Parts: sequence; structure tokens; C-alpha cells
Amino acid sequence: MMLQRPSQAPGVFGAVGLPPVVWLFALFLAPLAVIWTYSFGENRTLVDIAITGSWGNYARALKPLYLAILLKSMGFAALTTLLCFVLGLPVALAITFASRRAKLLLLVAIMLPFWTNLLIRTYALMAILRTEGLINAGLGALWGLVPGLPPFEPLPLINNNFAVVVGLVYVHLPFMVLPLYAALDRLDRSLIEASLDLGAGHLATLWRVVVPLALPGIVSGIIITFIPALGAYLTPDLLGGTNSQMIANVIERQFRSANDWPFGAALSFLLMYLTFAALMVQAIISRRSASREAAR
Amino acid sequence: MTKGSPIIRFEGVTKRYGKVVAVDDVNLEVREGEFFALLGPSGCGKTTLLRMLAGFEVPSEGRILIDGQDVTQASPNKRPVNMVFQNYAVFPHMSVADNVGYGLKVDGVGGAERARRVEEALALVKLDGLGSRRPDQLSGGQRQRVALARALVKRPRVLLLDEPLSALDAKLREAMRTELCQLQAQVGITFVMVTHDQDEALALADRCAVMNRGLLQQVASPSDLYEFPASRFVADFIGSVNMLEGALVVDEPDHAEVAVAGIAQPLFLDHGVTGAAGTTLWLALRPEKIELHKWAEAPPALGDAPAGRNAVAGTITHVAYLGSESLYEVTLPDGQKLKALRSNLTRWDQEDFALGEAVWLAWHACSPAVLLS
Amino acid sequence: MKGPLDYLARWPLRLWLAMVGAFLYLPLLALVVFSFNDSKRITVWRGFSLRWYAELFDDGELVAAFGNSLVIAAASTLISLILGTLAALLLWRFRFAGKAPLEALLGLPIVVPEICLGVAFLVFFTAIVPWPTELPWPLNLGAIIIAHATFSFSFVALVVRARLASFDGALAEAARDLGAGEWLIFRDIMVPHMVPGLVAGALLAFTLSLDDFVITFFTSGPDTITFPIKVYSMVRFSVTPAVNAASTLLILLTAGLTALALWLQGADIAKQAA
Repeated sequence: MMLQRPSQAPGVFGAVGLPPVVWLFALFLAPLAVIWTYSFGENRTLVDIAITGSWGNYARALKPLYLAILLKSMGFAALTTLLCFVLGLPVALAITFASRRAKLLLLVAIMLPFWTNLLIRTYALMAILRTEGLINAGLGALWGLVPGLPPFEPLPLINNNFAVVVGLVYVHLPFMVLPLYAALDRLDRSLIEASLDLGAGHLATLWRVVVPLALPGIVSGIIITFIPALGAYLTPDLLGGTNSQMIANVIERQFRSANDWPFGAALSFLLMYLTFAALMVQAIISRRSASREAAR
Repeated sequence: MTKGSPIIRFEGVTKRYGKVVAVDDVNLEVREGEFFALLGPSGCGKTTLLRMLAGFEVPSEGRILIDGQDVTQASPNKRPVNMVFQNYAVFPHMSVADNVGYGLKVDGVGGAERARRVEEALALVKLDGLGSRRPDQLSGGQRQRVALARALVKRPRVLLLDEPLSALDAKLREAMRTELCQLQAQVGITFVMVTHDQDEALALADRCAVMNRGLLQQVASPSDLYEFPASRFVADFIGSVNMLEGALVVDEPDHAEVAVAGIAQPLFLDHGVTGAAGTTLWLALRPEKIELHKWAEAPPALGDAPAGRNAVAGTITHVAYLGSESLYEVTLPDGQKLKALRSNLTRWDQEDFALGEAVWLAWHACSPAVLLS
Repeated sequence: MKGPLDYLARWPLRLWLAMVGAFLYLPLLALVVFSFNDSKRITVWRGFSLRWYAELFDDGELVAAFGNSLVIAAASTLISLILGTLAALLLWRFRFAGKAPLEALLGLPIVVPEICLGVAFLVFFTAIVPWPTELPWPLNLGAIIIAHATFSFSFVALVVRARLASFDGALAEAARDLGAGEWLIFRDIMVPHMVPGLVAGALLAFTLSLDDFVITFFTSGPDTITFPIKVYSMVRFSVTPAVNAASTLLILLTAGLTALALWLQGADIAKQAA
């Protein structure tokens, strides 16, 4: 289908173009722009904010206290992404090479938890990890079966860093599997067969042929796991302790209890810049390998 | 292993996919050093057979032996067999040299030795000096050579080729055909090739197996397949043919006679056919073996049969000028159509055998191939 | 008989799949099972009971919150369906300067972290364009509706655009040849083709709205409680199997809607892959 120029159907162009564009600018970009200007502002009175154009908020955001939280958030997100990759790659491989019917079943099975509300999934984990939760209750019961042991000390599985990471992995695993599967599925099977034919074992083939060629998909999966994990709010809120806060929790506090909107705005934008940086890395990698594929 | 002795054996090999039988009880031998072709229409099972030999499919029944060893369950990376894939499967993320050296690297061959053997292999396929290029900088024909070099550098016992010439254009195909032949002679390895193109198979192979619907139809040299087909399928699949159905009327040790509908006198064959009188059989008569004679009162006599035999009159209903030869379609009085091929030995003369002209078709007594099925 | 690439048939991978499956599903299963627990505890099984489900329906606040969520979802779905379809049509039909930046802009709501959007709307609707309080229901939900529509219409545009890609332009040309004008072509030829995409997009927007927590958390005022927010306060403060029951209902609702959307899009995805 030939694409038209606006001049060829100006009425239609205006009719379909204006509403979404106006909405995007007025109700999406504008609020974001407001936050952006606030990040350069200061609290004057309890309700007034003056835009002073100072970088003070950003400077404060990079002070050790907040920098530590920022780095910890990135650390959590990175660890989560790594764990999701390790857990998810075999799953994606299994789905790719499954029969057509099994493939559909497995894909739906992986996606179903994803379509469940985040709050509910996190709550479900809470019930498992709590001090009186299912794991501890089960362990306690088993412990009690062995005579002569001291009373069972429940494992601290919640309200700490461990719980946050487990929660993040739990919530984001499906995000990783899908792009991995999409990349693996597009791979030319005869390349894998050629590698086997030439004497390589399965692991060597995976490492030397599959991963290099599926790299854009792998990077995609990494990025769309890392970014939401970085900005997670509910999981650290419900599963974390006082020292497992992530950046989203700090931002929330600025806008609610601490009432320091400019600072919160600066933090929000730092998070957004990190997000865009990650996206750019992905775009570069995918463009490089797209040109390689196109020339094939 | 002495040359000519069997290097590959298929024993009762069957492959089923659910209810579909892709390969049906195939018993086959490939001899060392020969260029062997698996030929047949698409869906006949030839590619499945090749993949079972390579190890990418496992037979439902039967055994496959290479050098006397049962490799039926062995994984592809443990067989002394290497394959050139139909789409070449050249690794896009590695250079040509890395591609060719991949199998050696996996085997643990050291850097210097590997580099030397890669150079050797590239020279063999006439790609010397292109080691540092990347696959996306090569043409299709060059990529095929990379795939060949990559498979040959490991010095396998058998080289498998999956439709090697199908992706090439006509001119390149002819050149590649000669090259493959020379390559095989030079390297001395057994080649097993799968193709649906009979010209390719006939030109390249020492022996050829024709398959149809999973069943082996005939295994023979190209000339035997063409001149002495074992069944109607083979006669029809290879080259073009006039298939005449008839009944055996006379069967002597030194000659036989077959009555064919639409031809006045029974056909005279110069050899005996073991069969009872009245048996239905088919005579495969190749178009190039039918001579065209100008209309005369008496049928032409070619001297190897009683007068009036092995000849029939008809009218030319179609002429196809093919450059080096012309294909004539001649319709007999009863409506049957026969094809006759005539070399254009002299420059084209439109008046020679024109459309609508009445002609005599005649052939030698040894020309028809007798088929019982 | 398994070939060398039949990975799924190998037991190490099957074991791994089983373990991952258990990891993903056991917590959810436990949650659903304990919603029927005849006890206030959520980890010690007492007996089977439906009392928590009954209690849910008795909780006026919860029912009101659910009602709010439904209204917000319906309204925002309608808006984002219109906006998303228009955006999809724009990108599908026209080539213009600034198309690539617009496409990137359209993708932003999907990538921007929810918390950033949440605070942006919070500031916008309190300081810049204050949403009037004391509005009658359902207008008081307007700020939340606008926020939901904004982040979901990009998704709708994506889905509808995918459906439009399979539209045969020759059909529109045939209609024009027979005398139809723009509006008729749209209504009679294009809309019928787009319907599966529209329905899938609508279901997607509905689910996104129903599920959302973070953005709603920041945009809602004290008297506009939605279902996920009510559940959140229950999780935080009064953990009983009632929370399990509410969660189970929400799971069923969103899973059902999404399955429906996938099923509708499935035929399309299969056709595109062919």
C-alpha cells in the first residue's frame, strides 16, 4: 500500500492526526515537562514552589545517601536481570524447539502469571515468605518431626534484600522469556544443525552459534527486564525492609510524606535518563546486527 | 577399505511421522569413492534419508552402518560424515576462515595447523585469499564453496550434499557441476547427493537411487537407469518417454512380439521376454529413438525386423523447435500421440517435416525397454 | 524417536521447566486455595469455607472501589480506543515529516517508568490543572480516567496498527472506484477488517486500567478509591483470607479478559507468521 502525503488528503490527515497528537502533547508531554521544570525548583513555602533554575536537587540526588539507593536499585535490577536470564534461557530454548501444540501451551503458561495483577503476585509471595508464611511453616513442621532439636527459628525470608530480589525475579521472569523465545525462534535451524554436523556439542553450539546470533533478542529481553525492575515500587514496598528501599520508594516519599516535590522531580528524571540510556544501548546493538542480517 | 566396497549400508530403514511413512523399508548400499545420487520428486523421502544418514533424524525402524559401525542412534557430531546444507548454513557472524576452521576448532586442532588446513581447503574450492571476508560480502556461489570447504576440511569419510545446485542460476549451475565432479575425483571421498533434477543426477553420479513416495524404485548407473528402467515410474521420471501398453503375443528365446493398440502390426523386439502369452506389459520408447520418415506407400524398413514392423503412420500435430533438436508430436489414426526427437543436423529448414504433414515413425527392434510394472 | 534438536524431550530441561513452573505457580495456587480457608489465618488450613467471598460482597467500601475501577476502566478504554485507532490510522496511511519522531513519542508512554508518570500526573492534576474536587460521581474520577487513557492508548495503537498491516489496500481502491467517499470507505470496508484488532486493543486497555496501581495511587484523591488500591490497604493493614478472595476474583477477571484478547489476536499472529 502506498503511503500518502498529508496534502493528498488533508481533511483525513487532520481528523486522524490532531486528537492523538494534541492529547500526547497536552496530557503526556506537558505533565512530564512540568516535572522537569520542578526538578530545577525549590520549596518556598509549604505549598509554593519557585522555579529557580538551580541544579541543587540533582546535586543532592547524587549525595552519598541517595546515590547509595540509586546504586542499590541498579544493583537489584541487574541481579534480577541476571537471575531472570539464567532461569529463562533454558525455558526459552525448550519452548523454541517444542512441537507446535506444546509451544502454544508453554507460551500461555509462561504468560499467565504475567497477566495477573502485580499487587496480587507480590502478595502471594508475601504469604509464602513471611515469618509465619508457608515456607517457614513447612520447614517448622519438618523440623518438629526430628526429636531433640532446639525450637525452630523461622528463616528471615521477608522484609529484606533477599525478599526484594526474589520478588523482582518472580514478577519479571515472563518479561525475559518472551523476547528470548522470539529471537531463538527466528534463528535459522540449519545453522545449529551445521554446528552439530561439524562436531560441536550442544553447549558449544549454544555458546558459539546460538547466543551470538540471538544477541539482539537477548539484549531486548535484558532491557525490558532491567527497566521495569529499576523503577519497581510495589515489590520493595511490600517485601523490603527499611534498608531495602529502591529509588521509586524514595520518590514516592518526596511526593507524600516529605513534601519535597522538586527533589522528587529530580529523582524521577534521573530514573528516566537511566531508562533512556538503557534504551539507546539496545538500539545501537540491534541496529548493528540488523545491518548484518540485511546483507545476508 | 578397498575402493568399491560398501561404506554405507541402509538396512530396512523406515521413518514414520505419525501416520505418514516418509521412508519405507529402504535397503541400500553406497560404495567407497563413488558419487552417489538420491533422486526423486519432492516428498519422495530422499532428503529424509540423507538427514538420517547425517544424524538429524532417527529412523523408526532399521539400521544405518558407516564403515561397518552401527550409527543409527549416534548424534550428528559423532559421525564421520559432514553435510553441505541446501541453504549453505554459513555462520553469518564469523569470517570465512573462522567458518571453515570451525569444525577443526571444535576438534581441538591447534591454531597454526588449523590455519594451514583452512588455507588448503580454501584453495581446493578456489577461494584462496578470501579468508578474512565475511559471509555477507560473498555471492551465493562463493558461500556454497565456503560450505564445501568447511565440510571437506575435516576429511570426513562421506560428504553429504543437499540439493547443491538448486539455488544457482543456469550458467553457474553448469560450471559448478563440472567443478563438483572434479572435486570429488581430486579428493576421493564418497559423495552422497540429494536432488530432484535428473539432469544433475545423471551428469554427476556414478550410481543413482530413484525414490518415489518413500520407496526405492531402482538403483543403477545413469545409463542403466535411462536405457533399462525397472518400472514405469523410473522410465517416466527420467527423461521423456512414449509409454505403450500392450499384450505379449509371441515369446521366443531370441525375439518377442507385442500387440499394441493403434499400431497395426505387433511390435517386434530383438530379445525374449520371460512371460506367458497375453501378459500385459509396457514398452518404453524414448523419443530420440524414433526416426521420422517422409510419407511413402510402404512403411520404412530398418533391417532388424520383418517388413512392416516397428513402424506406424501418423500426422505431425505439433512441432517444438528446441535449437539443437526438434520435438515432434505425431498423432496416430486412433488418436494416440507419440513424441519423436530429431537432431537438427543441418541448418533449420522449415520445409523438413512441417506441421500437418503425414509421416512414418520407425524404430529399431532393440529400442523399446520392456517393463513389467 | 527424538532427534538431536528435540530439546524438550530431554529430562534436564523438563526438570528445569518444572521447577520454574512451580516457582511461578505455587504462590498463586496457594493464594487461591487459602481464599477458601475457614480461618483468619492465611497459612494454616482449617477447612473449606466461602465466608471470605461473602464478606467481600458485604464490604461496602470494597464494592464501591470495584465499581470505581470498572467505571474508570470503561471510560479510559473508550478514550484510548478512539485515540489509539486514530493514531494507528495516521501512521498506517500517511508519510510526513516528523513521522519517525512521532512514532518514538507514541512509544514513550510504554517505556517511561510508571512512577515517573504517576508523579507527573500528581503534580499536573493538583498544581497545574487542578481537577475540581466535589464533583459528582463519576466525574470525580476524571483525573484517573485521563491518566489511564494516556498510558494505555499507545498499547491500543500498537495492536490496531498490527491489524491494519494485514489490510488489503485494493479493497479500499475498489470501493473508491465504485463511488464511495472517505467516510463510507472507512465505515464499510476498513472498520470490519479492524474489528478483531479493536476488540483486542479494547480488552488490553481495559485490563491495563483495571490492574494499574502505581499511576492510580498517585492520581487518586482521598475519596476516589479503586479496587487495586483498596486491596493494597488490605494487604498492608488487615491481612485475612478476604484479601485472597479479592485477589482470586481479580485474577480470574484479568486472566479471562486477556485470554480472550490473545485468542482474538491469535488468528492474526498465525496468519502473519505464515
